[in-house]
Amino acid sequence: MSKRGLGWLNGLVTSVFAGGVMADWEINLPEPVSPVTREIFDLHMLTAGVALVIMIIVTAVIMYSLWKHRKSAGFEADQHFHESGFGKWAWVFVPVVVLGIDLSIAGKAAKVFDLVEDTTKPELTLKVIGSQWKWTYEYLEDDIRLVANLNRDIPETDPLYLRDTDHRVILPVDTRIRFLHTATDVLHAWWVPALAYKKDSIPGYINETWSIIEKEGVYRGQCAEICGTGHAFMPIVIEAVSKEKYAAWVQDKKLAAAAALVEASADKVWSKDDLMARGQEVYAGNCLACHQAEGQGVPPVFPALKGGLITTGEIAGHIDIVLNGKPGTAMAAWAAQLNDLEIAAVVTYERNAWGNDTGDVVQPADIKAARK
Amino acid sequence: MSTEAIHDDHHDHAPSGIGRWLFSTNHKDIGTMYLIFSLAMLFLGGASAMLLRAELFTPGLQLLDPDTYNNLLTNHALLMVFGVVMPAAAGMANWMIPLMIGAPDMALPRLNNLSFWLLPFAAIMLMISMAAPYFPGGGTPINTGWTLYPPLSIQVGMGMDFAIFTLHILGISSILAAINIVTTIVNMRAPGMTWFKLPLFVWAWMLTGLLLIMIMPVLAGGVTMLLFDRHFGTAFFDAAGGGDPVLFQHLFWFFGHPEVYVLLLPSIGVLGMVVPTFSRKPLFAYKPLVYSMMMLTALGMVVWAHHQYTVGMSQAVTTYFMIGTILISIPVGYMLFSFIFTMWRGAMTFETPMLFAVAIILMFSFAGVTGVMLAVVPADLQYHDTYFVVAHFHYALIPGALFGLYAGVFYWLPKWTGHMYDERLGKIFFWWTTISFNLTFFVQHFSGLAGMPRRIIDYSPVFAEFNMISSIGAFAFGLSHLLFLWIIIKTIRGGDKAADKPWDGAQVGTPGLEWTLPSPPPFHSFSTPPLVK
Repeated sequence: MSKRGLGWLNGLVTSVFAGGVMADWEINLPEPVSPVTREIFDLHMLTAGVALVIMIIVTAVIMYSLWKHRKSAGFEADQHFHESGFGKWAWVFVPVVVLGIDLSIAGKAAKVFDLVEDTTKPELTLKVIGSQWKWTYEYLEDDIRLVANLNRDIPETDPLYLRDTDHRVILPVDTRIRFLHTATDVLHAWWVPALAYKKDSIPGYINETWSIIEKEGVYRGQCAEICGTGHAFMPIVIEAVSKEKYAAWVQDKKLAAAAALVEASADKVWSKDDLMARGQEVYAGNCLACHQAEGQGVPPVFPALKGGLITTGEIAGHIDIVLNGKPGTAMAAWAAQLNDLEIAAVVTYERNAWGNDTGDVVQPADIKAARK
Repeated sequence: MSTEAIHDDHHDHAPSGIGRWLFSTNHKDIGTMYLIFSLAMLFLGGASAMLLRAELFTPGLQLLDPDTYNNLLTNHALLMVFGVVMPAAAGMANWMIPLMIGAPDMALPRLNNLSFWLLPFAAIMLMISMAAPYFPGGGTPINTGWTLYPPLSIQVGMGMDFAIFTLHILGISSILAAINIVTTIVNMRAPGMTWFKLPLFVWAWMLTGLLLIMIMPVLAGGVTMLLFDRHFGTAFFDAAGGGDPVLFQHLFWFFGHPEVYVLLLPSIGVLGMVVPTFSRKPLFAYKPLVYSMMMLTALGMVVWAHHQYTVGMSQAVTTYFMIGTILISIPVGYMLFSFIFTMWRGAMTFETPMLFAVAIILMFSFAGVTGVMLAVVPADLQYHDTYFVVAHFHYALIPGALFGLYAGVFYWLPKWTGHMYDERLGKIFFWWTTISFNLTFFVQHFSGLAGMPRRIIDYSPVFAEFNMISSIGAFAFGLSHLLFLWIIIKTIRGGDKAADKPWDGAQVGTPGLEWTLPSPPPFHSFSTPPLVK
């Protein structure tokens, strides 16, 4: 189809999609902010346009026939219609027309698909790990790790309800970003329609998508592949910032991580209250999605920690399962992801919160010893 | 069987009492049982959909918890696919194929009895799968959706085992029914009823039967592997044990995509009877239409992975599936074209079956064009797993399968019962159900594009308006079926006496022989084969 034809079609579709009283309701894919989603958007408008034109023609032909060829209007059935030239050659004519339409769509689709599968070396790689029911992000070049959970403090009437997280993913604009998708437990799908298309997160697989975000702003999305109880509660929030701001953010993150490491490995003895306060934060950020706010879990897949055998049993066993996980279950190993202080705090918290009241206090030094 | 039954066979009296139904080998009785069973399942599946739409009426959790929601969602799909459309289509096949081709009964009458009586037990098994989580040790409900993808389906409790056995039983039932129908069509045609004189409904079921025989074993194998992964330590679908979670998706959709045509083809067959009748003109391009159904059957077997564009297949493989899928528009386009040009220059009247037929052609065309949109890989990477897909397949399956069966019910009710249905009520039902259907599903295209994923119990207020419209439409759609039930009951109980050939256009083109029999036909018909000229 010619460029001009396309423009005409786009205009038609745009006016249908955006016109009329529903202008303030979201009824189309969000405005694309990356080259690849823009190409996909244009392809979508093309196919939607072809669909619209076909439907208009089909409806018009049927309506005309319904009106014209009624028995009540005295129309006599033309029993020899299938012997007319049209009747004889329609079996060739129809497939050729349909094939023509198909090929014009497929040609454009193949070009866009090349762009989708473009694996040019990226400047930044973000590994996105889906777990029941949170997203973990690893900035592979800068060794930054981020866990994003649903922000549970937003009322049902707020447009951000189920669309906001406790931590935003910060990404630079005008940078070629590769997203690597995988999962730890079941299937998930990371989808932020404005800036990237989706590929499933599959345990044991690494899929990749890419994007170059061209506009600063906040972009939202959510998990698209059913992943169990909390499927509706896995939002994604990305904040695209300038390259300078991003560099500063990375620097801050690194300093904070270094400071935290120093703090965690200092041989300081912490008070129970301090550990409980920190433990609650760590719990909310890493454990709550599965084991739930009151430690009740979602048995039998995610056991309750409240009154649990491990959380009220031997301290060594508790530390062990947090550090090393439990193979064959959804329980991950946290040794590489949390520092000594964080693990000490969360273990202390779990052993004393929700009426577990064991009175046990675990110090970072205990974790350090347990790691060996 | 006792000598009494043989005696009855000779004298054309139906056996009396419960035994007539339990031990029936009569195609009409078994057909009736299939139809009643599917009607009951329609209300169960519909009720679960009503609960889902009630929960989705506004943002926030009101009625259900997420796992119950997902379990209802799973059951809605399983009930509608395996409990409603397939048994209803099989019921029509049982009733109509012997009558249409001039056979005394199905080729394998006892197998026929077995394939029906497996169904109620499958339904009970499915109910148990939903009840299991409420018993100690029952584990979590089936929260996977009807696709049962691992690893999530490995986590699910005992309910999943019952669901797997349900699918086994349903699979056996379908394969037996399909074998029976194919055998009947091949062997039991009356003298002179050659392949290209077969009514389109018979052709459609011939191809449906072949599809079923090819695909059901694959589903059975897939879910059995799932069962082994769950209980016997295998790792077919567990990457940690050297397996592959995506393998299940391939097995499922190798069954699942042809299954769409299993649901669709019988209804296309009904359209092939209804449209010529009420246009008073033979089916336009009958032979190419039959060939295009064959092409659809063949193509349908080799395009399954378009349901999984996002799993990370290679670009070459994905491109193959895209081209194959887009090519499906040729046979489907041809079918719709044939129906439109059967109407063209006909002398149309608009009784309820014809109203449904016209609406199906329009709405199914719409499902077809959104289907082409979805087939285009890069765009599907946005549409995939959103409400756009939900809208698309409901437009394909409700008009394409369910409304086609409704058209068949209204078309053949006079033949089955000997009474005319109430035409005024039929028309009210048509408008009510069609308008509310569109109200329910049309807006879901928009909520999907705006970013609402499928299978979520709760959503952000940004999607609120469309969901409320959708729920209101769904309640009206559900309610309309009480009228449907009433029309059927009313027709069975009485009404104007139906003539042998209640529709004056019913003999055009390639009609079935059912119109040569009285309405209702005798308990045993065509004991001596009729001669078709």
